[in-house]
Amino acid sequence: MKPKGKRDRRDFVRGAAAVLIGGAVLSATRSRSPRWVWQIDPEKCTQCGRCATHCVLAPSAVKCFHSYSICGYCDLCGGYLRPDAKSRNTGAENQLCPTAAIKRTYIEDPYFQYTIDEDLCIGCGICVEGCDVFGNGSMYLQVKHNLCVNCNECAIARACPSDAFERVPASEPYLLKSDRERRVS
Amino acid sequence: MKRYVLHVFAYVFLFCGATFAEFRFPMPEFATGYEHPAVHTPGPSNVMVGWDIVVLLATLSLAAFLVLKRRKRREIFLLTLFSLVYFGFWRNGCVCSVGSVQNIMAGLCDPGHGVPLTVLVFFAAPLIFALFFGRVFCAAVCPLGAIQEAVAIKPGNVPLAVEKVLSIFPYIYLGLAMLSVAMGAGFIICQYDPFVGFFRMGASFSMLIFGGLMLVLGIFVARPYCRFLCPYGVLLNWCSKLSRHHATITPTDCIQCELCTDSCPYNAINEPTPEKAPEDRGKGAWRLGILILLVPFIVLLGVGVGSLLKEPLSRMHPTVRLAERIAGEELGRYAETNIESEAFRASDTPDEALYAEAIELKAGFGRGGKWLGAFIGLVMGCKLIAVSILRKRTDYEPDHGTCYSCGRCFKYCPVKE
Repeated sequence: MKPKGKRDRRDFVRGAAAVLIGGAVLSATRSRSPRWVWQIDPEKCTQCGRCATHCVLAPSAVKCFHSYSICGYCDLCGGYLRPDAKSRNTGAENQLCPTAAIKRTYIEDPYFQYTIDEDLCIGCGICVEGCDVFGNGSMYLQVKHNLCVNCNECAIARACPSDAFERVPASEPYLLKSDRERRVS
Repeated sequence: MKRYVLHVFAYVFLFCGATFAEFRFPMPEFATGYEHPAVHTPGPSNVMVGWDIVVLLATLSLAAFLVLKRRKRREIFLLTLFSLVYFGFWRNGCVCSVGSVQNIMAGLCDPGHGVPLTVLVFFAAPLIFALFFGRVFCAAVCPLGAIQEAVAIKPGNVPLAVEKVLSIFPYIYLGLAMLSVAMGAGFIICQYDPFVGFFRMGASFSMLIFGGLMLVLGIFVARPYCRFLCPYGVLLNWCSKLSRHHATITPTDCIQCELCTDSCPYNAINEPTPEKAPEDRGKGAWRLGILILLVPFIVLLGVGVGSLLKEPLSRMHPTVRLAERIAGEELGRYAETNIESEAFRASDTPDEALYAEAIELKAGFGRGGKWLGAFIGLVMGCKLIAVSILRKRTDYEPDHGTCYSCGRCFKYCPVKE
């Protein structure tokens, strides 16, 4: 076998391989869409608690969000107070949240505002369930995008029993329950 | 026209009714002029993405330069450590080239699945570098390779026959991963990535056990993941076989001193062919002919085995698992429900729709299983043929396909430029 002939053949195959890689890349880009990020559809979420345990981050990048515009500002808040709470106050024994991440502040009679402390929230969804069952459902879980590392395949999405995780465009990264929410980033 | 307008009105009222009925408590009207606080909705951080591409291309170029021009093992190893820190511990090992294969496949199968530019570059750049300079990506850029290179303290030799047999596993893994992506059953390469848990300093228990075992094994058998599992390595191997400028053991001419023979822990050094042919030419030609005729039969065997594996393969898909669970619960096979079946029952989807979807998926896995079997059969046939072909070689040379360009052999060569 002549070395020159071999070289030519190699060059040809290499060119073909380069075309193949380029072709694969091009056809994969055909519909190049904006960057995708993971988000929870609050309508599908069943508050199973896996968001707190299955995220690759500890604590989880999933946090409780509170849409104030649909909140009833109840004194007897199903998301804040344990169902068997002895009294309606900020006593630790009355709180539903395992990390005391919800702050209750008096506004005017008989309304109270509930604020989530995102540093304390672990995304367990216990308050979400309470608010869904007894209240307006203004508390719900969302992926917090300044924390999320945007894994190729979200570990919580894989574990989610109700298929509530979906990819949303990075330009519109939240699925808030109310459009009337004032937002800060 | 009038009727149409009426319809629209009816829908609007229905919709409003539905949205208001959702809330048990009316939104209060505050006398004190209270305004509700804003919701904190930070956007995803985009800053590092461009840097990742820059660092990837820079490290690839530097690795090619070090391997082909500088030829210093120590410098290559330092670059490896840098990649381990940057792509591994700093960027948390995601997105990596190994996993990007799945994104490309997903983009090919489903045009709606967007493939971001970063992922495209992470997929294509190492392959194109391999086409020109060999597997410099494995040598000093891949964080998964780097962590194994860092722990390979006492690498022993794996018998060549064992190496050849085990080298079939990356093809199987690649085939399985592609089938999984094509059927929408998830990214199994990411799911079973052994080292990403170390990079993130946190992972599930099984992931840590698997990764830990890999690292302990990696002390004695260098780069076990790269050699016997890495699915991206298959593509790099193909590209590197064609590489234009591959690393060489000797800078100039080989003097046949045999000092390098034991330097490679990856069985990637090909020895010169013996002077005397090991067997009669006619006999070899016969065997080659038989092997080539055998290939279609191996492929057919693969198709058969693949179609037999339809059921276990289809269980990769969560919908199929859920349908089997629901059916099992209906038949009273399980004492209690689990979290998935409860969530499904709460969603009001009829069982029949789920079963229909699962049956369709199973049929898809049946077809995919045959393709997977055919692919693995073809690979086995080609490997058999490759083993029985004797290539004429006068010097000790790195095997262009399997050499990781790690540079261990450089310092064993007494020939200086």
